Amino acid sequence: MRIGVFVCQCGTNIAATVDTEAVAREARTFADVAYATSYMYTCSEPGQQEIQRAISEHNLQGVVVAACSPRMHEPTFRRAVAKAGLNRYMFEMANIREHVSWIGNDRAPNTRKAVDLVRMAVAKLRFNQPLIALKMPVNKRVLVIGAGIAGIQTALDCAEGDLDVVMVERRPSIGGKMAKLDKTFPTIDCSSCILGPKMVDVSQKENITLYAASEIESINGYVGNFIVQIRKKATYVDWETCTGCGLCMEKCPSAQAPDAFNEGLGATKAINIPFPQAIPRKASIDPLHCRHFTRGKCGVCSKICPVKAINFDMQDTIVTEEVGAIIVATGYDLFDHSIYGEYGAGRYPDVISGLQYERILSASGPSGGHIRRPSDGREPKDIVFIACVGSRDPSVGRPYCSGVCCMYIAKQAILTRDHLPESNSYVFYMDIRAPGKNYDEFVRRAQEEYGVQYIRGRVGKVYPRGNRMVVQGADTLLGVQVEVEADLVVLATGIEASAGAGDLAEKLRISYDQYGFYMESHPKLRPVETNTAGVYLAGACQGPKDIPASVAQGSAAASKVQALFARDTIETNPQVALVNERACIACAKCIQVCPFGAIKWKELRGDILKAEVLPTVCQGCGLCNATCPCKAIQLQHSTDNQILAEVNELCA
Amino acid sequence: MTDPNPYSSAALAEAAEQGIKIAGFLCNWCSYGGADTAGVCRFKQPTDLRIVRIPCTGRMDPLFVAKSLIYGVDGVLVSGCHPKDCHYAVGNLYARRRLEMLKSFLSFMGIDARRFHYTWVSASEGQRWQQVVTEFSEQIHRLGANPGVRKQPGENLKPVGGQKEAPIP
Repeated sequence: MRIGVFVCQCGTNIAATVDTEAVAREARTFADVAYATSYMYTCSEPGQQEIQRAISEHNLQGVVVAACSPRMHEPTFRRAVAKAGLNRYMFEMANIREHVSWIGNDRAPNTRKAVDLVRMAVAKLRFNQPLIALKMPVNKRVLVIGAGIAGIQTALDCAEGDLDVVMVERRPSIGGKMAKLDKTFPTIDCSSCILGPKMVDVSQKENITLYAASEIESINGYVGNFIVQIRKKATYVDWETCTGCGLCMEKCPSAQAPDAFNEGLGATKAINIPFPQAIPRKASIDPLHCRHFTRGKCGVCSKICPVKAINFDMQDTIVTEEVGAIIVATGYDLFDHSIYGEYGAGRYPDVISGLQYERILSASGPSGGHIRRPSDGREPKDIVFIACVGSRDPSVGRPYCSGVCCMYIAKQAILTRDHLPESNSYVFYMDIRAPGKNYDEFVRRAQEEYGVQYIRGRVGKVYPRGNRMVVQGADTLLGVQVEVEADLVVLATGIEASAGAGDLAEKLRISYDQYGFYMESHPKLRPVETNTAGVYLAGACQGPKDIPASVAQGSAAASKVQALFARDTIETNPQVALVNERACIACAKCIQVCPFGAIKWKELRGDILKAEVLPTVCQGCGLCNATCPCKAIQLQHSTDNQILAEVNELCA
Repeated sequence: MTDPNPYSSAALAEAAEQGIKIAGFLCNWCSYGGADTAGVCRFKQPTDLRIVRIPCTGRMDPLFVAKSLIYGVDGVLVSGCHPKDCHYAVGNLYARRRLEMLKSFLSFMGIDARRFHYTWVSASEGQRWQQVVTEFSEQIHRLGANPGVRKQPGENLKPVGGQKEAPIP
């Protein structure tokens, strides 16, 4: 084989701590290396042209590029060698940037390591075989998981492009957290007025199939052809017939069910429609509080229902949907503010979370839009906001900034002043993070126009005095201890990953970071993709985000899916397992271990059984390869001989 | 005679002879990404490690570890996705069983079991990767060069399984 080696200098990223000329010189001495050079930026257009020129000039049959991580530029270089007429799998990369030049400053050992890695790549390349991708039809339907603003935006954009959309939401209504908000910063426009029409659009688009009160049971398959099982949870109301008239909710005698939509402020009926604008507008029963389930008798709703939609015997059902791509938009949960014992949330009713205060401000909230404190229903006069509750605090495992709290406190303080002109608002903050368009101006308005008092410092303790709360903290700008008496304390609770995010990630086979936020493929250049082909991210499931960013990412994910579906077929990954039938002893071990059911029996001449890989189902993990006792099944492009060739070079 | 060029073949070979070599087998989806993350963050690490990229730790044949340790390297580090986070659902669970089994055989094979370590590092855990590499490298440095090293059987690698490379479909 005639092999060409290209050692990238990556400007000075590599060349500063690796002698790339020496690596290239050394590479020329390796067996089969016909050409080796060092180049300033191999991934640039002239760099790629240089590879193509060398391929034709030196009649190269394989190429090694020693540069950055293959996770970064392997596709780029594969395309480049393919343009020069080589099979794209006659190419190997040696990672001498992330794994060498960036992690050590010593030139001599770095250069030795780079030479070793190049030698290993050359050794592997000698065993490479040309591989041909198969073409697979694409199922042009998309699954959207989560129906908050990001999910709604992405579903509508996909539907707008004539794609069939399957939407799954675990709560009984779509809308997510945005539906609970009263107003949005920095424009103070009404949240439900801008979200509501979009929710209605979702219910009216003929090509959106909505499964509310449903969760993902399992996901199988791969890009272009996923098979998804959806668990429709028992709501004890037949949604096919329910008209959403609300009569059951009116007559239900059990009025002590916690009101999830109102964040636990107040109670709702055991059979309820979560909120007036709910989509779908259907009732569901909370079996923990319904008298039929708790006491075994009642049935008022089933008697009163004009369409006889109540079904106490309803069970969860599983439906199967087939889609070609998946957009995950599962959003976030609020940090549990009761973890800060010193603030007393959970013990004192007048210490509430930011989202609870949002419900109090909302006209559809428990107090009809009048600000009343939860304990005695009095109008508060002094209100204290405490920022960074569950944000930027390593002591509670949340060292990251939630990004939205500074803004929503400013908004809530402004709204408070609008509702109660006589009231005083105080904000205890660490820093103000207001980097969006018109955001900083908005915070400034809160301070200057609305007279909100900003105190820079942490709060040490919140405790009751009479029927008021005392907030003790520090003013670090003045260097004094301060004490503010307040009627209501609002904690700016931060964002954390949604409950169950990890379980869903397992089903989707995507990764998540240490806080449970899903990992994008590249933090800057592939912020919407995951490392699992065909699975995309939108909204706060990927990290804390405000509404504009969630909407932008929702639209971005939709456009990614449109691009994927623009072709009728997709190329499969040819790096799949292959059986050497002469060596196969039909022990069936590979069939047992394959996580994807990609290996089947094949009959030869009537009675001889051999294992056979279905190349379109195989995902290329190589588990079968390691399991096979006679090494008859080999994962192409990572065969035993290829890996052992690398090991051999390493040992040399 | 000393070679004036510090990177000439002779000098490199000499340096390599003295140096410690560690083989790393990293799953493409988690730990290889974690090592990339560490690089992007410029987390400094010892340079003894040479990483082989594998699709999944489930691809790990214990043979790779044994062969590495018998024929020349001073330590082997295997790292994949955390249990339950495997890109292929269960590959790392099979790997855990196999590598655990291998560990108990190493001393029987005359290899110090401390020369082999397997762990889980996700693609976001650059810092953890730095820590894993540093600690394992230090351990191998304490153990010194692998005394059980045999010379390579020969230049040519014998294809395994009595077969040539699998035919192209």
